[in-house]
Amino acid sequence: MVDVLVLATGQGNIPSQSTLELLGAARPLADATRGKVKAAILADTQSTFGARLFAFGADQVLRLEHPLLKDYQADAYLAALAPLAANAAPQVILLADDSQGRELAPRLAYRLSGGVVTEVTAIEGDGSAVLLQRQMYGGRTIATFAAQRFPVVATVKPRAMEPAVEQAGRSGEEVLVTVRLDASLLRTRVVERVGEEVRGVKLENAKVVVSGGRGLKGPEPFKQLEELAQLLKGAVGASRAATDAGWVPASWQVGQTGKTVGPNLYIAVGISGATQHLAGMTTSKTIVAINTDPDAPIFKVAHLGIVGDFKAVLPKFVAKCRELTLG
Amino acid sequence: MNIIVCIKQIIDPEIPAEQFKLDANTKRQIRGGLSLVISAYDQNALEVALQLREKVGGRITALCLGESGAMGAVKSALGMGVDDGVLVSDPGLLASDSFGVAHVLAKAVQKIGLPDLILTGCVSGDTGNKVVGPLIAEELGLPCATFVSRIEVKGGQAVMRRVVEDGYELVDGALPIVASILSDDTNVPRYSKLKDIMTAAKKQVPTWKAADLNLDGARVGAAAARLQVKDVSIPKRESRCEMLDGDTPEERAEKLALRLRELKVI
Repeated sequence: MVDVLVLATGQGNIPSQSTLELLGAARPLADATRGKVKAAILADTQSTFGARLFAFGADQVLRLEHPLLKDYQADAYLAALAPLAANAAPQVILLADDSQGRELAPRLAYRLSGGVVTEVTAIEGDGSAVLLQRQMYGGRTIATFAAQRFPVVATVKPRAMEPAVEQAGRSGEEVLVTVRLDASLLRTRVVERVGEEVRGVKLENAKVVVSGGRGLKGPEPFKQLEELAQLLKGAVGASRAATDAGWVPASWQVGQTGKTVGPNLYIAVGISGATQHLAGMTTSKTIVAINTDPDAPIFKVAHLGIVGDFKAVLPKFVAKCRELTLG
Repeated sequence: MNIIVCIKQIIDPEIPAEQFKLDANTKRQIRGGLSLVISAYDQNALEVALQLREKVGGRITALCLGESGAMGAVKSALGMGVDDGVLVSDPGLLASDSFGVAHVLAKAVQKIGLPDLILTGCVSGDTGNKVVGPLIAEELGLPCATFVSRIEVKGGQAVMRRVVEDGYELVDGALPIVASILSDDTNVPRYSKLKDIMTAAKKQVPTWKAADLNLDGARVGAAAARLQVKDVSIPKRESRCEMLDGDTPEERAEKLALRLRELKVI
C-alpha cells in the first residue's frame, strides 16, 4: 500500500499548476496500491484553495498553520513537515521541483532516513515497490530507480506529469495539524525579495519560445528575438551562456538550472545545444534550430534546421512570419 | 575566513552524442578516453570562493571524493588559485549514493576543520542530482541555502543571493553556513595562470581513505544505497532534422516560415 503525501501550494482559491501535477501523479500511484493521497499546506492562516484539493484527488488535506510559516523558510518548513511525515508515514512524498522543493526534498529525506530523487518524470507503484524515472547525464538517458528506503521524497519535473482533473463530488477530510515552532529554529532569513518584471507571456507557460544563445554575441540581437516572440505571441528564452554573460536576465534561462519549457514551437537561435540546455526544452513539440555550425548538437534534437547566420536569417524569417500570420 | 569547496570530477558532459556510451552491467557511462573535467557549477563555486578570499582574506581548500584520477581535479582547483586540496579516494566508497557522498564529505570537512563557508555546485554535472550540498548541511547540523549565485560576508554573516523563479532573494545567515552555487555573470570561472598551474603540480595533496575518516559504515558503499538502479537507457530519436536548403540564408528563412505554416505550427 503506497500512501502519498503532496506538498500543496496555491494563491487565493487556486491551487498552483505544480500542485495539480503532483496530485495528477499521486492519485494513480495511490489507486494502484489502495493507498491514500494526503495534501499538506503550510501557511500562517487557512488557505481557500485547500478545500478544492479533494476535487483534484486528495483524500486528506493537512493544514499546518503557524505564524512562522507565513513565508517560505527552509528550517521552519522542515521543522513542520518532518514530524508530520513521521506521523502520517507516507511511502512517497512529492514536492514540485522548484526553488522550495529542491531545498526541502534532500533535507526532509535526511531527517526521515528515507531516499530522495529529484526531477522525477514518471512514478509507478507495483505492490509495495515504487519505481521512479528521471533524466540523467544531462538528458541523454532515462534512468529508472526502485526505492530501497522509505519514505522516498521526490521532486517532480514541471510539465512531466498530467495535471489532475477536477471531479465534482469528491470529498475528503480536512485536518488541522498542531505545529510547534520556535523562532530560534530559523537560521536564515530573507532580507529582500527582488522580482523581475515579466512582460507579456510567462516563459514557462508560453506556447512559443524564441531562445538566444552564445551565437548572438551580445545583448542587442535579443531585440530581434523579442520582436519575433511578440509576433508569434510567445516569450523569449536564453541559454546559460547568454545569461552568464549578463546579456539578458537570469530568469530568461532555459535549462537544467533555469526554466523547463514545453511549448508548441521552440526556436533556438545561436544555441549550440549543451546537454543542460536540452534538459530544459526537449519536450517542445516542434524544435527549430538556426546555427552557423552544422555539427552543433542542437541539430540532433531539432525537427527543422537552418545552417546560417541569424543576422541574415532572422529578418527575412520575421518578415515572412508577419506576412503569413497577419497578411 | 576559511572556505571548503566540494568538487566532483566527471566525464566531460559536452561530448558529441556518438561518443556517449553506457556500460551494460554497471549502467554507468564508459570513460574510454574521454576527457575529465570539474563539474561546471563546482567551478563556479571555486570562483565564488576565490572572489571572497580577494575581499576578506582566508584560506580555501578544495575537497574531492573520487577515484585516484580525481587528483587531477584537485590540482585543477589549485591551479585556479585555491590554497589547499584534499582527495578522498577509496574503492569501498565508489558506489556510495548521495547520502553516502555527503557523509564522507562531511567527515572530511570535520577532519580538515570546520570552515566558515562550505560550497558545492547546485547541480551535479553528470547525474543531475541537486542534493549533496543540502545533505552535507544536514550531516553537520548547519544552515543551508541552495541555488546561490553571489555571496557577501560581513561580520560573521553571509548575505547570499538565492535565485528563485522570477528573480532572487537576499538571504542572510550566521556563519558557518553551506551554500550550493549557481552560475551567473559575476562568477564565471577564471582561467588558471601558468605559474599557479606549475605551483599546483608540485603541491602535496593528501589522499585520505575510508579508514582515515571515522565513517559510519552503514551509510557508505553500494549496500547503503537508498535507490536501486533498475535501468538506464538512451532514448531513440525517431526523426532526423529536416534541414531547410536554399542558396542564401534569406531563401532558407522564407522556406522555414512556409514549412512551419504548412505544419500548422504558426
